[in-house]
Amino acid sequence: MAGTSSVNEKAEGGMKAKRTVLTVLATGWFAILSAIIVFPLLAGLIASFRPGTELIRKGLSIDLDFSTMTLANYKYLFGGNADSQKYMMWYKNSLILTAVSVVLTLFICYIVAYGLTMYNYKLKNFLFFIVIATMMVPFEILILPLYKEMISLNLIDTMAGVVLPGVCGASTIFFFRQYMTGLPKELLDAGRIDGATEYGICFKIMMPITKPAFAAMSILCAMGAWNNVLWPMLVFRSAEKFTLPIGLNTLLTPYGNNYDVLIAGSMFGIIPVFIVFLCFQRYFIDGMTAGAVKG
Amino acid sequence: MSKFKKFFYSQKAAPYVFVLPFILSFLFFWIYPLCSTITMSFQDITPTGTEWVGLKNFSKLLKDTVFHTAILNSFEYMILTLVLLIPFPMLFAVLMDSRLVKAKGFWKACLYVPALTSVVISGTLFRLMFSEYSTGQMNVITAALGLGTFKWLKMKATGLTALLVVCCWRWTGVNMLYFISGLKAIDTSLYESAEIDGASAWQKFRYVTIPLLKPTTIYVLTISVYAGLSMFMESYMLWAGPDSPNNIGLTIVGYLYKRGITKNQLGYGSAVGIVLLVIALAINIVQLILNGTFKKEED
Repeated sequence: MAGTSSVNEKAEGGMKAKRTVLTVLATGWFAILSAIIVFPLLAGLIASFRPGTELIRKGLSIDLDFSTMTLANYKYLFGGNADSQKYMMWYKNSLILTAVSVVLTLFICYIVAYGLTMYNYKLKNFLFFIVIATMMVPFEILILPLYKEMISLNLIDTMAGVVLPGVCGASTIFFFRQYMTGLPKELLDAGRIDGATEYGICFKIMMPITKPAFAAMSILCAMGAWNNVLWPMLVFRSAEKFTLPIGLNTLLTPYGNNYDVLIAGSMFGIIPVFIVFLCFQRYFIDGMTAGAVKG
Repeated sequence: MSKFKKFFYSQKAAPYVFVLPFILSFLFFWIYPLCSTITMSFQDITPTGTEWVGLKNFSKLLKDTVFHTAILNSFEYMILTLVLLIPFPMLFAVLMDSRLVKAKGFWKACLYVPALTSVVISGTLFRLMFSEYSTGQMNVITAALGLGTFKWLKMKATGLTALLVVCCWRWTGVNMLYFISGLKAIDTSLYESAEIDGASAWQKFRYVTIPLLKPTTIYVLTISVYAGLSMFMESYMLWAGPDSPNNIGLTIVGYLYKRGITKNQLGYGSAVGIVLLVIALAINIVQLILNGTFKKEED
């Protein structure tokens, strides 16, 4: 489709009409697809204004009868009762866990990638090979031995136990390295001439110019940490330490009477990620697709 | 002390200081657990003690029909996700990248939204949508199409459909974005010269777009194979736990979880993990070989 504008100008009326029809069809197709994709979330949002018992009896469906909608679920969720306090605690835990793991992960992955890019030494290529190799083993295989290890290290039911195994994310290191190979290495020598130490160069000269990579990765890491379920579910045992997804999961019982909190709480749990997405949409896509082009 | 300090600040030591966290993390959270799970797979681990049993866990796995179901389910799911989540997102990407679509940013954002939601939230929503009551959304749709209603999460075919719907819902937009970024890397002059040669839209897609998208396609293929084979949380959420009627939703990792965590049989669970590891590595090696041969062709 590229490069058709000059042809377009000379085009006859018939061509133009055909183009308009195609435009309507193509745009309409994405409108339909988007509607299908957004539908479950919309249905969930509508359901969150109805009693949870209806969900158990009827399942999720779009029912636009506004007369039966109430704010009761949300009032209950923020009402300060026992359930509400539990929910707020999970929310707070999720926020803290996300913040801690983003800061730690970015800092560590940045310095590791820096060490793998900015210097020439014997083990460099071997170490980078190991980074790639770790990506080839699905994390799920390691959950049993890691779980056992966490028990013997006394890290079970702690935030450290959740965060530490994931702090050296191979894909995050890979992305930083990818970005840093494009940076001018002359800056290092300039810094050395000015008397900066190796660590001063890393943190005071190079870190500021790596900001775009930090932006893209922080968003991706934050989303991963906020939504992470499997590993935190294994490590956390006491209900007061649960993160939001794990807490919500405990409400999903076949005969539970907690569906009011579950559905309203789920909808409210999407909001932080959603706001960040709307503000930094570009970085989401940059960070996510960085690995795909080069393969 | 000052000698150490001098060494610490030297250009020789600095890179090792920088990569030290990775080396530690690699040793503690990768090599050690990997070796420990390999060892455990040859052991029988009970609260009373650990016993070396050789290949017993693996020979048991060979006869374990539940494990066969899990492998079959994982492979079926993985292959069907490849069929659904590579060609269609690729076509959508080409269409989205053309000049025909208006309000692109908005549609892209809509299609990306599912990737933002936790699997717990999306799983809960879909579990409720696939409810067996006639008022559940999926039954409303199938009834309107004249297909009647289903007990979605109780039969093999419909259960697999539910898993695939969740998967497509979450990843269509993401894979489309991968392909769009791949398309952006294609030199537009190639299309122009194809046009001068009188190529049709289909020919341009077949002979320019598909070959030049190969790196992206291989990337999407690799992550889809891995994600498909190690799928667990989607099934866990749809059936509200690791158990499903007749094991219709059981996957390899689901079985690893059931044996290793629920039943606390770390040895047997590890053996399941090792089988998955071998499968994953075998696929990886095949893919690397294919990749290498392709590269020779291009040269």
